[in-house]
Amino acid sequence: MRILLLLSGLSALTMATAAAAQGGDLKTQCGACHALEKPANPTVDRLWERKGPDLWYAGDKFNRAWLVKWLQNPTTIRPGGVFYFKHAKPGEPRDTLDTASLPKHPAVDAATAGKLADELLKLKSGLVQAGVYKPAAPNMMGKLAFGKLRGCSSCHQDKPGEGGLSAPELFDAAQRLQPDYVYAYTKDPQAFDRYIWMPRFTLSETDLQRLTAYIASLGKEAQ
Amino acid sequence: MRLTYLSGSLVLAAAMMFAVSPASAQDDAKFKASAHLYDTYCTQCHGVNRNGKGINTAGMSVQPRDHADTAGMKSIPIEEMNKAIHEGGAAVNKSALMPPWSSVFTDAQITDRVPYLAKAVRWDAN
Repeated sequence: MRILLLLSGLSALTMATAAAAQGGDLKTQCGACHALEKPANPTVDRLWERKGPDLWYAGDKFNRAWLVKWLQNPTTIRPGGVFYFKHAKPGEPRDTLDTASLPKHPAVDAATAGKLADELLKLKSGLVQAGVYKPAAPNMMGKLAFGKLRGCSSCHQDKPGEGGLSAPELFDAAQRLQPDYVYAYTKDPQAFDRYIWMPRFTLSETDLQRLTAYIASLGKEAQ
Repeated sequence: MRLTYLSGSLVLAAAMMFAVSPASAQDDAKFKASAHLYDTYCTQCHGVNRNGKGINTAGMSVQPRDHADTAGMKSIPIEEMNKAIHEGGAAVNKSALMPPWSSVFTDAQITDRVPYLAKAVRWDAN
């Protein structure tokens, strides 16, 4: 009943597919908005058309505990939505986001969340090598690289309210993301999507390890 | 509404382009493609109206270039603009907050972007 109420604002089609997927079936429950397989022909226009971020590498990306919790109580990850341009409005002193226009992600019950998380964690890209990140204590150089030196903070927030709004928040990265994925994605975002917004930087191995250590530390105390 | 406005402004910009010189259909297609890429990638920092006031700019220590500033844009050599888009702001002694875009855009897309900016802000119109 609670699920049906939460879904009441969505289209009849989405409701039908969600209702049909009470068992936690990934294709029917998630596949309408998220790519569950690597797109054969990525394009710029796909970024305009897709309703949710790609999940075909979810098994590389997410921590299970975070997934199970989030699926039951979805919160904002991208302040500007899946594609910020659709929600940005011109303004002074700067453009603003029409947050009321951001669609809400449907919630599921605990049992369904667990099943979906298990299915999502099976989705692997082959692009993330286990153990590529060598765990280390975060140091000042990682934070400096994230901010001034490499400008990650132009698009990402490493603290609530600090940083850009167009890309996923990272202040809970320790809970949400697997460090090996952070390393692999930071090293070459275009390996995951030729046209994704995040550009590839020229980073040394030391830079990558330091940045990953910093990102992997964010929100750790809240775990 | 905003999309309508943007489309309108692009049509206007395209009309200006026609007024300056007869443009071929190929130039028009390149202009539209560049505008589409600008909307997709550049507006997050440079603003939906190309004025440097994008949604990401609140905490930036250096504010993004105002592409609607005709005089300011005219002062930048074409080669420097190309290099800034390719290699990022730091490569042209500007802010590292402007990232290198060569992994996302092809060389041709970057080469086309410069005349797009020229036409859009009309820095070559006088």
